[in-house]
Amino acid sequence: MTAFAHHFSFEFRIGIRNRQTLFLMYMFPLIFYLFMGFLMAEINPFFGEGLVPAMIIFAILAATLLGMPDSLVSARENGIYRSYKINGVPSGSIIAVPALTTMLHTAVVSLIIIVTAPVLFDAAMPNDWINFAAVFVAVAFASAGLGVLVGVIAPNSRSTVFLSQLVFLPSMLLAGLMLPISILPEAFLSISKMLPATHGMNAFNGLAMGVAADFDPWGSVAVLLAGGLFSFGLSSYLFSWDSQNSTRRGHPILAILALVPYLAGILLI
Amino acid sequence: MTDPIIQVRDFRKTYGDFIAVNGISFAVDQGEIFGLLGPNGAGKTSTLESLEGLREPNGGELRISEVDPTREPRKLRNLIGVQLQTSGLPESITVNEAMEFFCAYHAVPANYELLDRLGLSEKRKTQYHQLSTGQQRRLALALAIAHEPSVLIMDEPTAGLDVATRVELHAIMREQQAKGTTIVLATHDMAEAEEMADRIAILLKGQIVATGTPLEITATGAGLTKVSVRTQESSLFNDGAEFPAVTSSSSKEAYRIFFTTDIGPTVAAIIEYAESQNDALIDLRVERPSLEDRFLEITTEGGAA
Repeated sequence: MTAFAHHFSFEFRIGIRNRQTLFLMYMFPLIFYLFMGFLMAEINPFFGEGLVPAMIIFAILAATLLGMPDSLVSARENGIYRSYKINGVPSGSIIAVPALTTMLHTAVVSLIIIVTAPVLFDAAMPNDWINFAAVFVAVAFASAGLGVLVGVIAPNSRSTVFLSQLVFLPSMLLAGLMLPISILPEAFLSISKMLPATHGMNAFNGLAMGVAADFDPWGSVAVLLAGGLFSFGLSSYLFSWDSQNSTRRGHPILAILALVPYLAGILLI
Repeated sequence: MTDPIIQVRDFRKTYGDFIAVNGISFAVDQGEIFGLLGPNGAGKTSTLESLEGLREPNGGELRISEVDPTREPRKLRNLIGVQLQTSGLPESITVNEAMEFFCAYHAVPANYELLDRLGLSEKRKTQYHQLSTGQQRRLALALAIAHEPSVLIMDEPTAGLDVATRVELHAIMREQQAKGTTIVLATHDMAEAEEMADRIAILLKGQIVATGTPLEITATGAGLTKVSVRTQESSLFNDGAEFPAVTSSSSKEAYRIFFTTDIGPTVAAIIEYAESQNDALIDLRVERPSLEDRFLEITTEGGAA
């Protein structure tokens, strides 16, 4: 087994052993899914049509934005990266492995949702599974990129929560997970296009669920992939091994450049 | 004679306006245990972290086996093993996983025998946070030496450990030294430094203020030897009980304590005096100055300067 495979393997197991990450990656999204399934089915009979993509996006956001960044910051603060550096673990692995394992955890949760949603809530299933998988990867990639970037630039756990909520809360309200974005006022529509969840929901609807997209779904996939690339690139550039060591290649404010693909999305699609 | 395995020349490290290390130089030979001593803030950690490639020097030159730690981190990683003071491991990682992970990045097979040797065979599936402090230190040492590095850097390796674990770790350090491993040991424990180190450098305010073997360092101080004597009739407490080469005296319980620059004449005169007073010796102890005494002398002088 290669060093990267060892790293991936133990990081994945740690995600299950650690109570906080287990809760944020599995329990929280699944409890929310059950709650929303039972509650919203009573209020809105059409909610089942978008339940699967909405809850999968919620699971991705919970894992990548609420679960992952804090563990990255804690590892840096506790000197784990220093020890990794001394032992030759490259910074690329430190960034890529948590992102990949989190994506795998969300894939497991997504599978649980896909299997149970039609039985429990008579939820609509995708009509194009390949596109569904492709959009899942694009959303998870973009969201994991933002999660890693938050973990890299946040100076401490408190800042991590603040920065993560800057994306997570608007996603809950404006990304079309609970209500269609078509009912949003024009100004809010532009804001919602700054969120990966909006593009994810749009792409799932237009490319995999057989529902009319609000705007070009392939454009959304392109924005998500570009957003992920920008976020991971910036994470790699701004990465620091050590909380006490002030040497960093760029100012953390540069992280705002991760929004460039989403701004382009507002203008172009 | 071979070249030193570690070369530090005019090394300087600053943090903003604060000078942590101010142009120190030393060399460590292969197979040597080199102690780095100093009070908090003396520059020990900055020196060690720069040797480990964690910090970039602001001046001077550092080399380990001719490798520049800052510019050649890939070459450095298999040359050195580091036992950090803090954990450096995720809380939920098991002992086996930690061994497999670090060995994989050093491209060597996992050394499970080392875990057994260090008394961790029963704990191989235990998570890091469930280990005792002693077990965590032993695991840190196992991970530091699993890839058989030429240089082992240890930062306070026995701080907070019980006596038995401390003795065990010292035995392992001796084993590593016997295999030819060079050890750089930063410690606050003077007894440990005196027992383990072949040579010592004492750092104070970013500069080396003393260097040499523990014996050489203790010999260069005021060199006062402590003579504690107890007699049956306590005649040494009499007025007029004065002896050659004694610079000061005190008493503790039934003992009279003399500090002397020349032990032979002092002890001979004490015995002669006791006999002249029809007194008999019950106990006589001679203690040469310890490294701790000398360290305190140096750091007090330096601190006052």
